[in-house]
Amino acid sequence: MSLKPPVGPQDHVQGNPDAPIELVEYGDFECPFCGQAYYSVKALQAALGDDLRFAFRNFPLAQAHPHALPAAQAAEAAGLQGRFWEMHDLLFEHQDMLDQPNLFRFAAALGLDLERFARDFASPEVAAKIRADFLSGARSGVNGTPTFFVNGERYDGSWAPQDFIAALSSLAGGVAVPP
Amino acid sequence: MALEAGKQAPDFTLNSTPDQKVSLSELRGRRVILAFYPADWSPVCSDQLPIYSELLPEFRRYGAEIMGISVDGVWCHAAFAKDRKLRFPLLADFEPKGEVARAYEVYRKKDGFSERALFVIDREGIIRWSYVSPIGINPGADGILEALESMEAKKS
Repeated sequence: MSLKPPVGPQDHVQGNPDAPIELVEYGDFECPFCGQAYYSVKALQAALGDDLRFAFRNFPLAQAHPHALPAAQAAEAAGLQGRFWEMHDLLFEHQDMLDQPNLFRFAAALGLDLERFARDFASPEVAAKIRADFLSGARSGVNGTPTFFVNGERYDGSWAPQDFIAALSSLAGGVAVPP
Repeated sequence: MALEAGKQAPDFTLNSTPDQKVSLSELRGRRVILAFYPADWSPVCSDQLPIYSELLPEFRRYGAEIMGISVDGVWCHAAFAKDRKLRFPLLADFEPKGEVARAYEVYRKKDGFSERALFVIDREGIIRWSYVSPIGINPGADGILEALESMEAKKS
């Protein structure tokens, strides 16, 4: 099961662009498992450093999680002001506070231009970006959230921090020391 | 093994709600996706069906209807669909139990429920793609979307 399309300019990417390991997550900001995986990815980033780059794509199960889509809109709207990752982190760290007033409080806390944020939050472009992420996930074999792809192939192993670090550091050819 | 591509899809009439029935033959002229799954409320099914619910606009774009089928009864389906906010019918293969799953050759007799199996049926009622997933693994939607795309290309 491979990633379609590959990571490109449409994606939010963190870390060394030339890293030997590329991790892509399809996630839902309201999904409790994604909330746990958020901390696993942080541990992985700390352990692998420049050997890892990380991209996040939206896979909101909007019927099951009523706040998932607005949260994704908030992240993308923040992204249009260059602050995707800060919003991504705030959302996963406050999964029980994803109603719309809080999303706008997060935007204010990040110092975003709030008028622009409100416009982008509700814009068809942001909705289309989220839908495109979702469909690329469905095409790529995403079968739940979170689903990870490592160097373009679906990763079905454990994403508990120690397992994740062990599995991915072996790919880097080096041995990372878990934190 | 499950009925394969090229075979006529066996017709059936099953309840989708306590007072509504659906027949496959009524859907002639539409493409149909049948998603057999072991049971309402099982953890894997609970992930699989909401993804299909999100993809309804895509399926409709290909002129396809999706229906879930398990051996659970109508009241159980109604509670499950409401809880997971599913927006497509769940059919009750309840009496005689598993009869439709047997016709599609995806019934697990020793377990008393069906395989986790997908069928994509064309407008003439012919199976164009089928897939049986390992029971604990959610097959996702990529196979369905690829099948619909290739049918669209061939106009079947």
